[in-house]
Amino acid sequence: MTLQFNDETFRDDYTYHNSAAAILRFPFPFDRDSYMYSVNMEPHAGGPEGSPFDKRFDVDEHYVSEMRDREITLAEDPLRCQSLPHMELAGWDLLELIMVSKAEDYPELFTLNRDGDRWHWINRPLGIEHRFTFLDPTTLPCGPMEYITRQAQGDFAVLDQREGNLWMDAGMVTSQADWSLDFDIGMNFFEWHAPVPKAHEMGVFQRALKFLLNIRQGSPARRLNWTMTVNPRLDTSPENYHKWGPEKRTVTAENVGRKQFLRVELQTFWRLPRSNALAFPIRCYLISLEDLVTVPKWGRRLHRVLRDLPDELADYKGFAVNRPLIVDYLSQHDDGAPTSPGIFP
Amino acid sequence: MPRIDFSPSIKTRPVYAALQSRGAAPALMLAEAEGAEALIELADADAAVMDRAHVIYIPGGSGHGARLKALAPKMYHESPSFDACLERYRKALGDAQMGTQLYLAGGEGALGRAMSEALAAGMPVEAIQTEHRGSIARRMQCVHCKGVTEGVTTDPFTCAHCGLTLFVRDHFSRRLGAFQGVCVDAETPGVVPAAQEIRP
Repeated sequence: MTLQFNDETFRDDYTYHNSAAAILRFPFPFDRDSYMYSVNMEPHAGGPEGSPFDKRFDVDEHYVSEMRDREITLAEDPLRCQSLPHMELAGWDLLELIMVSKAEDYPELFTLNRDGDRWHWINRPLGIEHRFTFLDPTTLPCGPMEYITRQAQGDFAVLDQREGNLWMDAGMVTSQADWSLDFDIGMNFFEWHAPVPKAHEMGVFQRALKFLLNIRQGSPARRLNWTMTVNPRLDTSPENYHKWGPEKRTVTAENVGRKQFLRVELQTFWRLPRSNALAFPIRCYLISLEDLVTVPKWGRRLHRVLRDLPDELADYKGFAVNRPLIVDYLSQHDDGAPTSPGIFP
Repeated sequence: MPRIDFSPSIKTRPVYAALQSRGAAPALMLAEAEGAEALIELADADAAVMDRAHVIYIPGGSGHGARLKALAPKMYHESPSFDACLERYRKALGDAQMGTQLYLAGGEGALGRAMSEALAAGMPVEAIQTEHRGSIARRMQCVHCKGVTEGVTTDPFTCAHCGLTLFVRDHFSRRLGAFQGVCVDAETPGVVPAAQEIRP
């Protein structure tokens, strides 16, 4: 398989697009015709060939452009990447995990040669070749977490584990669904989830935390989360809300299929070997409604899910204002036929 | 001054209990305005708490200095403002030994700021007690420009740094000692709801 990388943008003229193959491999998050919070964890142990679940860290046609978008965001706001002082070792753990995984899973794209602590890393899509000494920060141009997450799609939270809790003590966050690393850094699991409605009362976070605290090395887990985004924008940060907020009000019946995107997060959870920290990559996938409805099952199902979603969740996810337009559009693609169980087309 | 019952809210919104004496351990105490009354009640309950205490008092218009001083703490300092005593407070935090207890009392803004400094200095959370007295005005961090506006009493309010109109969230960062302010008219520039007094 040879990947062709798209030349596309996630801001301004928004030239982001999915190829026909990317549409079919989209991680559609709904396995039934309705949605409520749940601790929908499963082992991250591969998946159907070619799906985003197949490899440990999925690399797709958007890789190069996403990394360019991250660079723009970081140049505007370096606080999107922060690491508290005690998280340096976890950063090296993460660098190792990503480099080893990518080199093994995509040998045509990435190569890692290791001779003791002398490492030689080649990233062909981004044109990077670098020799450095593992665990010696003076041999990298920036911290280890920043170095490797500038070369890996998705946001990364690195969680310290202590006192029976997980602490958001480091992260690279440039494609977030409206939360601020700079504000939340240093918070524990319950604190950074504080603004989420309903789920605390449902006990979702207590159960999820218990599960995550017990994740073991070599046995990563995953779950899907989702929201709706107007325009294929990765940087839907609170920091820039006053810049992208007006775009949310530009959706019309005529353009909703093109402008409204389903935003899916593939979240994975990895125990790190030296630091005992938990790596929490949050990989973002975007698909326009008009592309999504080319898979009839997905069009039918998304219509039913969004039509029946409790108002509170639509509010929290930030699309209540556009919900009538979205549901109207999707209703034209729902003939009422039954849908098969599971997320695949 | 009566204590204020804060409405139940999300998990990051701070809650404050009454100060409890942890005996004659070394102590650093910071009282802002009506917070002095909390220290006086603390000492009434257990006079030994003042034996090794360093008290910093920021009157802010209140007049409890003489009564506080009469409690005979080991060190007593009155400061015209938080900014004026900041370096002294930081030095005291830096000099604090294992087991030093931190007692903070006052308005919501002073508590947040004092807590944030203490955590930055490495003070363990278990050694910090906070009691709310007086003002419910908030310290707000603008999520957009990152500037902190002190003494916010209305929702929405104007960021003192970038001028955006921000709504007042209950989401609170102990690290920053501030609540989060987010642009209220981001989606509809210029459409701003009428400002209301913040309620506890």
